[in-house]
Amino acid sequence: MIRDITIGQYYPADSVLHRLDPRTKFIGTFIYLVSLFVADSFWGYVIATCFLAGLIILSKVPVKFMLKGLKPLFIILLITVVFNLFLVPGEVIWSFGFLKLTKEGIAQAIKIGIRLIYLVIGSSIMTLTTTPNQLTDGLERILHPLNKIHVPVHEISMMMSIALRFIPILLEETDKIMKAQIARGADFESGNLIQKAKGLIPLLVPLFISAFRRADDLAMAMEARCYHGGDDRTQMKPLVYKSRDYVAYGIVIVYLGIDIAVRVLL
Amino acid sequence: MSLKLEHVTYTYNPGTAYEMHALKDISLEIPAGQFVGIIGHTGSGKSTLIQHFNGLMCPTSGVVSYKEENIWQEGYSLKRLRSQVGLVFQYPEHQLFEADVLSDVCFGPKNQGLSNEEAEKKAIEALQQVGLKEKYYKSSPFELSGGQKRRVAIAGVLAMEPEVLILDEPTAGLDPKGRDEILDQIAYLHEQRKITVILVSHSMEDIARYVDRILVMNKGEKAFDGTPKEVFAHYKELEQIGLAAPQITYIMNELQAAGLPCDCSAITVEEAKASILKALERRKND
Amino acid sequence: MEIIKSRKLKYEYIKYDDNGQPCESYTAVKDVDLDVKAGQFISILGHNGSGKSTLAKHINALLLPTEGSIWIDGTDTKSVEELWKIRQKAGMVFQNPDNQIIGTVVEEDVGFGPENMGIPTGKIWKRVDKSLESVGMTAFRHRSPNKLSGGQKQRVAIAGVLAMHPKCIILDEPTAMLDPNGRKEVLAAVHELNKTEGITVILITHYMEEVIDSDKVFVMDQGQVVMEGTPREIFSRVEELKKYRLDVPQVTLLAHELKKAGVDLPDGILTTKELVDKLCH
Repeated sequence: MIRDITIGQYYPADSVLHRLDPRTKFIGTFIYLVSLFVADSFWGYVIATCFLAGLIILSKVPVKFMLKGLKPLFIILLITVVFNLFLVPGEVIWSFGFLKLTKEGIAQAIKIGIRLIYLVIGSSIMTLTTTPNQLTDGLERILHPLNKIHVPVHEISMMMSIALRFIPILLEETDKIMKAQIARGADFESGNLIQKAKGLIPLLVPLFISAFRRADDLAMAMEARCYHGGDDRTQMKPLVYKSRDYVAYGIVIVYLGIDIAVRVLL
Repeated sequence: MSLKLEHVTYTYNPGTAYEMHALKDISLEIPAGQFVGIIGHTGSGKSTLIQHFNGLMCPTSGVVSYKEENIWQEGYSLKRLRSQVGLVFQYPEHQLFEADVLSDVCFGPKNQGLSNEEAEKKAIEALQQVGLKEKYYKSSPFELSGGQKRRVAIAGVLAMEPEVLILDEPTAGLDPKGRDEILDQIAYLHEQRKITVILVSHSMEDIARYVDRILVMNKGEKAFDGTPKEVFAHYKELEQIGLAAPQITYIMNELQAAGLPCDCSAITVEEAKASILKALERRKND
Repeated sequence: MEIIKSRKLKYEYIKYDDNGQPCESYTAVKDVDLDVKAGQFISILGHNGSGKSTLAKHINALLLPTEGSIWIDGTDTKSVEELWKIRQKAGMVFQNPDNQIIGTVVEEDVGFGPENMGIPTGKIWKRVDKSLESVGMTAFRHRSPNKLSGGQKQRVAIAGVLAMHPKCIILDEPTAMLDPNGRKEVLAAVHELNKTEGITVILITHYMEEVIDSDKVFVMDQGQVVMEGTPREIFSRVEELKKYRLDVPQVTLLAHELKKAGVDLPDGILTTKELVDKLCH
C-alpha cells in the first residue's frame, strides 16, 4: 500500500553504524567525501575501497540496496564518463571524426566514475542506517551555532520532521482524491501536456485545501500542547556522544590522515 | 441488468512480505433496483469491495461483470461503466474543487461529453433531487455545512445519471438529524429514480430500516448476506466479529428471555412498539 | 472550588474584508455559564454548528472570550502570563486523529508536550511510560502513528495530553471519525482516566450513547446552553432533544413511545436492562 513507501531509504537493522550518533555519521560522511577528492593515486583508491568495503560490512545492509541508490544517477554517471573519455586532451589512441580517445581520457574517466560511485554509496550508507528523524535531529544539532546569526534552526528542523510525518498521509489522500474524481469521469492520463495540466486541477484543489486544513489543525494542536518555538524546550531524546562515537571519529580521522600521507608521500 | 462478482479475490502486494488478502473468493449478485447495505468494520474489505464494482480496482483473480459483460475484457469502456455505476466516496472534501456548487456538479456530466447547457440541466436536476436549496447553487462548496457538502458530492455523481449509486459512509461525522436527513434523501432517490443503491456503513441502526438486503463483510469474506431480519437473527455471531445488531434486537431478545412473548425480528422502534403492546395486551388478558 | 467556571461567556467570529476592516460578525457562543467540579465527567451535546467546539477552545485558551470570562482552576484565561499554565492544566484532544499527532514515532509524540514545558529528559521518559500505560498503548511505543487504527491514534493523542499532567481533559468530538470499535476503545480509555486518576473530563459529542455514563450533560443550541442535567433528566425530554437536532438511544425512544401509548413506565430509561426489568417485573 502507498503508506508503506519509506521516505528516505532507511534500512532497519541492528548494526554499529545504526547505533552511531547521527552527528558522527554526518561528519564522518563529510570527511569521507573530502577524502575521495584527496585520494588521487592508485593507492589512494585502494584505501578508499577498503574503507568503504569495511563500512558496507559493518552496516549489515545488503549490497543490492546500496546499488539501488546508483540507478537514478546512471545517466549522469554515463554522461560524465563519456565526456571525460573523449574530451580530455592527450595521447590519442583511437579517433573517429572529431572524437578522440586519449590515454589520459581513459584514466580520468575511470577515476571520475569510481569517485562518483563511491560518493553515492558512501552517502547512501548514511541514509540507509539513519532514520529520517535522527537525520533531522542530527542536522539541528550540527547547525545549532547558526542560531547566533538568526537562522531559525529549530524551526527548520521542526518543519522537516512534520513534513516527514505528513508525506505518507498526503500521498494516500492524493490516491483517494484521484479515485473520487476518476469515479466522476476525470481523466488524468490522456491528452496533450496542457490538457493534462488542466486535468490536474480537480486533484490539486482538494489536495491543497486539505493540506492547509491539516496545517491549521496541527498548528492548533501544537499550541494546545504548549508549543512555543525552540526556547526553553527540553528534549526527550537528546543526542549524547557515546564512546563508540569517539572511536568512530578516531577511525575516520586516521583514515583521512593515511589518505593525505599517501598523497603527499607517494 | 445486474452487478455480479464471481470468485473475486484481491491481494495487496502479492508475493511480498506485506502480502494481504483484502477480499477472499467473493461471489455475489446485486439485481437492478435493489437497496443494499454493506456493513463491516474498518479493514473488513468493504471499501475494497465497492471499488471493484466500478472498476477502480482490478481483482487479482475472479470476474466482475456488469449487465452480463466482463468489465475487464478487452475493449470494455471503464469510463462508460463509471458513469453507469456511480461511486460517492466518504469525504466530500475529496471531490469538491470548483468555485461554485453548480459548476462542481457539472464536472461529471461534462466529462461524459455533454454541452455546457445540457450539463447544467442535469446538474440542477441532481441538486434538486438531493434537496439542496437553490440559494446555495452559486456559493462556494467549501463554505457549506457538512450535510450540505455531502449533498453536493452526491449530486456530483447523480448528475451523471448512474443506474447504480454506491455511497461510502454517507453519514460519517454528521449529527443525528443530519444523518437522518441524508438517509431519507437517499431512500427518496432510490424510490424516485428506481436506481440500485448500495450503502456502505458501519452502523446497523442507521441502515436497518432502509435497506432490502444486508451484506456483512468480515476479514475480506462475506460473513452474512440476507434481509435485515435474517442477518440480525445472528446477533450473537455479529458481536463476535465486532459488530452489533440494532439495540432493538437486543431489547426484544431480552424481553422474550424474560418471559414477554414479543417478536424478536422487529428492527425498528415502531415495529418493536407494536409488538410489545400486543404482547402486553395478551399478558393482561391471560 | 470549581475547576472550570464561566460567566456570561460570549464569542464572536469576525470576518474581515480585503482592507482588513471587520465586515461581518457571527456569534458562536453566548451567555454560557459553566460550573464544573474537579473529578466530574461532563458531556456537552449539540448538533454541528451549535457552538460546542468554540466553547471547548475557550477552556484551554485557544480562543479568548469576546465578552464575559472563563476561569480554569481559578485563573482567568485572559491573563497572558498564565497562558502556558492554563494549557498544561486543561489538555485538549481534537477530532481528527491524523492532524494532532506531531511525532513520527508514538513515544516521541507523547513526549512532545513535556518537551515544550521544559521538563528534564529523565522525567519526560517517566511521564511518557506512565501515560502510554494508562491508555494501553505501551506495546505500540516504537511504531509509526501512520500504521495505527483510528482508535489507537486517539489513544496516543490522549496519552500526549496526559504526559502534561493536566487537571482536566477536553475531548472535542474525539470519536466522530472512528468506527464503532474505535469509539468504544476511546471512551473506555477516557472513563478509566476519570475513575482511576480523577481527571476531570469534558466530552464533546453528538453521539447520544456516549453520554449515558456522564455525571452531567449540557446541551447546546445556537451558541447557548439550552438543557442541563443528569443523562436521565436530559433523556426524559425526548421531544425537546429532537428540536435541537439530536436523538436519544433506541431504548429510550422505545420506552418513551410505549409510555405515550399508555404503558406504565418511568421517564428517561437509559439501558436495555432497565426497560426489561420494568416491563417484566
